[in-house]
Amino acid sequence: MIPLAYYIVFATVLFCIAVTGMFLNRKNVIVLLMCIELMLLAVNTNFVAFSRFIGDPAGQVFVFFILTVAAAESAIGLAILVLLFRNRGTVNVAEIDSLKD
Amino acid sequence: MHSIFPLVCFWAFAIVATGAALAVITLRNSVHAVLALVLTFFSTACIWLLLQAEFLAIALVVVYVGAVMVLFLFVVMMLDIKMEPLRERFIKYAPLGLVVAAIMLIEMLGIIGVRTMDVRPGPNPAGVSNTAWLGQALFTRFLLPFEIAALILTVGLVAAVVLAARTRTDKKHQNPSQQVRVTAAQRVRLVKMRAETGAETPLPREPQA
Repeated sequence: MIPLAYYIVFATVLFCIAVTGMFLNRKNVIVLLMCIELMLLAVNTNFVAFSRFIGDPAGQVFVFFILTVAAAESAIGLAILVLLFRNRGTVNVAEIDSLKD
Repeated sequence: MHSIFPLVCFWAFAIVATGAALAVITLRNSVHAVLALVLTFFSTACIWLLLQAEFLAIALVVVYVGAVMVLFLFVVMMLDIKMEPLRERFIKYAPLGLVVAAIMLIEMLGIIGVRTMDVRPGPNPAGVSNTAWLGQALFTRFLLPFEIAALILTVGLVAAVVLAARTRTDKKHQNPSQQVRVTAAQRVRLVKMRAETGAETPLPREPQA
């Protein structure tokens, strides 16, 4: 059987890759959204692993809710992205600063 | 043989998932990045299968790969995004990002420690499948959050439609409130005109035989 630490280390590596992606692509909203999805995936893997090893279904139920909320979040986020591109013609985070004025 | 096989599977899936995640953050083409993200989700779903979380693994494939990632692909392909200006400072932030990620990785691995290396999984819930196990918890202890999740999905659906739908100005539609508030004066217009006498414009008579 695979030890618990393998799963946690895998999730950690995935999470750190997502953080690096946020630094690398900090101008592109689409890649930022994808990095958020990667982070949620890493956290969900942790939840599933601990739920399995403790033997409590609460962790997997929580993953279920995270998936639900993340689906709604990405749907609304992409709708906002489409609006943004329609109105401004760009997805560059550095150019979205109209609230600054 | 019997015990080494899951470990080999885990390593294969983990390596594929990690490589695909690296591709997500480094690929120049957004469409390729989304496809790499699909591969990441799929490999992680396989790892969840190794954890005997069958329901969530299938849900991840169906909901995420099937719906959310296709939505991503739609948006990425629909928007005509010039990638070049978005990448100009790619190199500038690379060292900072790598340092932060390395520090985070070291810290997290330090927290995890070596003691967890020995933890073995507890007994599987006897007699029920993963789906039944999850369903029993979901519909008893977590019924209220389940209903709230349904509400959140509905709100998300409505919000996405309201945000992205364009209101057309040239379409014909009914306005119910105006229809209800209508008065008789708006429907019928009484016109006063002189009564016809019939003498001024005699009808042409047909010639009699």
